[in-house]
Amino acid sequence: MNVALTAPANATPGFRAGDGVRVLDVHPPGHIRTPHYIRGKTGVIERFVGYFRNPEERAYGRSGEPLRALYRVRFAQSEVWARYDGGLRDTIDIDIYEHWLEHLKTP
Amino acid sequence: MNEPHDHHHAHAAGHRHPPQADHDDTLTYYRRLEIAVRELLIEKGIITAGEVSKVIEDIESRSPEGGARVVARAWSDPKFRELLLRDATSALTSMGFELALFLDTQLVIVENTPDVHNVVVCTLCSCYPRMLLGLPPAWYKSRAYRARVVSEPRAVLREFGLELWDRVAVRVHDSTADLRYLVLPMRPPRTEHMSEAELTALVTRDSMIGTAVCRAPS
Amino acid sequence: MHGYHDLGGTPAGPIEKEQHEVQLWEKRVEALLLLMKRRQIQSSDENRRALESLGAEVYHALTYSERRILALSNNLISKGVFSVEELAAKLKQVEHRKNQLP
Repeated sequence: MNVALTAPANATPGFRAGDGVRVLDVHPPGHIRTPHYIRGKTGVIERFVGYFRNPEERAYGRSGEPLRALYRVRFAQSEVWARYDGGLRDTIDIDIYEHWLEHLKTP
Repeated sequence: MNEPHDHHHAHAAGHRHPPQADHDDTLTYYRRLEIAVRELLIEKGIITAGEVSKVIEDIESRSPEGGARVVARAWSDPKFRELLLRDATSALTSMGFELALFLDTQLVIVENTPDVHNVVVCTLCSCYPRMLLGLPPAWYKSRAYRARVVSEPRAVLREFGLELWDRVAVRVHDSTADLRYLVLPMRPPRTEHMSEAELTALVTRDSMIGTAVCRAPS
Repeated sequence: MHGYHDLGGTPAGPIEKEQHEVQLWEKRVEALLLLMKRRQIQSSDENRRALESLGAEVYHALTYSERRILALSNNLISKGVFSVEELAAKLKQVEHRKNQLP
């Protein structure tokens, strides 16, 4: 089972809806579920989705624990693509695990 | 059907003929590989031929018609629509959808409005709301769709014959995790008199992926 | 640098919208993948990793179902569910059976 699981004891998601975030611009080895085109881009947490097994560990037959907080993150298309020709209100939503995100401004 | 072996299974398990026969009778290397893997798994007692038939039945029971029924219900019943948007799994269960094979993913419904048009893709593989739409069409899995719909969605939608007003925000969903997205299209105008069954017939597969909108019959 | 499966925003031509009927053998591939998940033999993530290890040339040359059954076979071998030799022998048997068809 891989769907939203019970939150680990004492766990609190590190981000809240509305928080500005940056996707880490890193290129680690192994199986990665954060698309290349979004790394280093800034967006806004649309919602906290739940806790899930980490697919980047599960890909190697491991349990995927500890569970990771998953967020739906919204990005302005004009921020993602240098020559985006659609409207300024066009967005892309991507499901991103917490270990790929950092706060835009340290509180 | 090109292999006596499968034919035998289908009948031995008491199932009807699969509705889509395998027309291509060239037994390519990869088809042989599938047969070999399956037979080894059966011989080793890991799976049974009956289980394979059962799962294929489940796969064949799912088609865009399932999604269309859900959309038409949401258009007709505001309470159901509210539940569907909040907790799609419960909404589907209440309509009798069997989800046992899909417990490792979670369905999420995204709603089109006059201001927002949603479109779904999986750029890393080909994740798709199979529990409601069945297997994805070839174009959804294609390199071109996966590559382009994120960076130039409006051009891609135009290729599908869908031109959106500039004031409508296009919202692409790249399903990178365990969530599977289905678009709840807008109910077409002048369909107030239509029954749920009639509405179901208006809902196309592509409208639930987001590469089309639903239209009333002219 | 990114994987060849990580296609978002990469150059590509027009989208071919022809309908292809899903063939029975392709449904069997999906059935096997679902059953491997149910038996906890491999997760979807493990199959994705195997797909990402096929190499760009193979990945793009094969159809969706072809690369999925190939990825599954590779994983089942690495997990010791069957050996390379067992698979080769079985493939030979399947081939032989085919040649005996009228």
